[in-house]
Amino acid sequence: MKLGFARAVGLALAAAGLATGVARAELQTWKDGLYDAYAIDLGGFVEARNGWRLQNDPHEKDASIAEMRLQLEAGRDIGRGSLKLKGDLLGDFVTDDYTALLREGNFLFSPLAAMDMKLGRQVLTWGTGDLLFINDLFPKDWKSFFIGRDDEYLKAPSDAVKASYFHELANVDLVFVPFFNPSDHINGERLSYWNPVLGETAGQNYRMDEEERSSFGHDSEFALRLAKNYGGTEVALYHYTGFWKTPEGLNPAAMELIYPRLSVYGASGRGQLWGGIANIETGFYDSRQDQDGDDPMLRNSEWRFLAGFERELARDFTGSMQYYVEWMQDYEAYKESVTAGSPARDEFRHLFTLRLTKLLMNQNLIVSFFAYYSPSDQDCYLRPKVRYRIDDQWTIEAGGNFFYGSDDFTFFGQFEDNTNAYASLRWSF
Amino acid sequence: MMNKTVSLLPLATFYLCAATWASAAPAVDEIVDKANKAAYYAGNDGKANVTMTITDSQGRTRNREFVILRHDSRDGGEQQFYVFFKKPSDVRKTVFLVHKYTDKDDNRWMYLPDLDLVKRIAASDKRTSFMGSHFFYEDVSGRGINEDKHELLKEEDTFYVLKNTPKDPVSVEFSSYLVWVDKKTFLPMKAEYADKADKPYRIVEALEVEDVQGHPTVTKSRVQDFTSGGETVAEFANITYDLGLDESIFTERYLRKPPREVHR
Repeated sequence: MKLGFARAVGLALAAAGLATGVARAELQTWKDGLYDAYAIDLGGFVEARNGWRLQNDPHEKDASIAEMRLQLEAGRDIGRGSLKLKGDLLGDFVTDDYTALLREGNFLFSPLAAMDMKLGRQVLTWGTGDLLFINDLFPKDWKSFFIGRDDEYLKAPSDAVKASYFHELANVDLVFVPFFNPSDHINGERLSYWNPVLGETAGQNYRMDEEERSSFGHDSEFALRLAKNYGGTEVALYHYTGFWKTPEGLNPAAMELIYPRLSVYGASGRGQLWGGIANIETGFYDSRQDQDGDDPMLRNSEWRFLAGFERELARDFTGSMQYYVEWMQDYEAYKESVTAGSPARDEFRHLFTLRLTKLLMNQNLIVSFFAYYSPSDQDCYLRPKVRYRIDDQWTIEAGGNFFYGSDDFTFFGQFEDNTNAYASLRWSF
Repeated sequence: MMNKTVSLLPLATFYLCAATWASAAPAVDEIVDKANKAAYYAGNDGKANVTMTITDSQGRTRNREFVILRHDSRDGGEQQFYVFFKKPSDVRKTVFLVHKYTDKDDNRWMYLPDLDLVKRIAASDKRTSFMGSHFFYEDVSGRGINEDKHELLKEEDTFYVLKNTPKDPVSVEFSSYLVWVDKKTFLPMKAEYADKADKPYRIVEALEVEDVQGHPTVTKSRVQDFTSGGETVAEFANITYDLGLDESIFTERYLRKPPREVHR
């Protein structure tokens, strides 16, 4: 964190300050001119975001996040399609990197009246879970999620072709990812985690190598959804062929993390119930390289299921709950194969989530709370957040990522030393 | 039209239930029906660019800009709305989709483009602020016609004045409201809400009306909230009726691929 918090904030304020007042009006005029002359629609924001660990982590820095970010988004209609570019310039003072990241670079068009195609880098989402994913096997950025970046960054982009066909019987979405897009998972780079090889918590001191999956065809992914809306009740069937999105396997010879092959078959439903919205979703995860569940180096197949309900509890106050379970298949084979002395997973991982959102001050102040709690793992993850819109451009936000667990090796418990709080200031245009 | 107040959006909907009011006089019935059609069912579909200026009690302003598309499945019946936000920038390109029914709860969706997320919104309390403005969702999309008892209070030179009393007073923050319906155009021009102490505390009114393709249309309206001391003015531009909007625009497909009609 050579550049430090003060400088980060200083830079943010200087950049945003330039654009306030008279400059703000000029920027708007310039944006309007850009649209009128070239039909380019421009937007974006400048943001400073800083966060700290609330306890010492022997393997990581005290700063959980310290960054300056400029996001620019440009869109333009071309012929019968539209082109979208969205990218971030990021000064990351935790990793001391300056990077340019393309979040979206795609062309969306309709080759047929009843068909849409989206080609290129894009953010993809489907499924019914709220911060729980069963049939959404598009890449996530768990680092961003755990260190308190904006929710937008939980979804990592895919380099994909998406074809959608709309028919009375059902809508069909097919996503082809030529080269496997894994999730950005926790690998010790800036968050410490339980390393089963070491049998202890590790961080920057022990970063493991990962298998590269980059051969066309062999390492491609397919995702399919059939969806239909029956007068407000939305049902869908899903299929995915590809790989576990986080490295759920280990090649012991090379001491390398691997992404085993995975197929998923799932279904979901969502509709109105008791004055609120109910959703249900399931998926069978077929771990194709370990179908008998007897390879201790690869994750077993599992069933996943979730059910959720959301409703308004009072004016501008919404609450929702979800129950989610992962049911490991071939549990006996797994138990027998676990190395003696290593902590074994449970057959069922139960998880509950709770979300509460309250809007105050003409909806300019948003107070929200999201909690994951697992009674089987005996761990939890709490995400409180307060956001205030100072005016139409400026937003401040503060929040935390709190991890607790009885054991060091459970899903959320392993992140205990990463518990952090953050704050941000954003100027949007 | 009585259950709804003033036409917030010339395109906004209004619940019309097939039921008639046994208790209401035929004259009231007729006014309600005509006002409903004038305010909410002009043309078979419509479009408008809406600008809202929200002013708080200290004079600070915030702006909202969005395009609204409306489609009627049936005159006086089901409607669909597609709202495409343009400003403020943090909600740019967010889409709000409503399927409005006359016999059951509406279906509402929100599309968040940054996450490519189609979120379902629970439609319960409709008397909450629409986008932080002083307009309520119910001002935008209509109050159920059977939720109030209606009576013709008096007839003025240019207005019918109707008094509307909620059947379920616990569910709302007002005790009753008066609506002034223009005798010539049948547009509701003003609604005045009285609180539980029968004191007026909120006024929604049409400030400007223009003829658009033969339909008298509200092009500027205002909500004043005497409790908070703030107000919101909504202005409607580029109003067009009968564009021939396809009903398919009001589906998930067009959340992800906004139709041409919402562009400038």
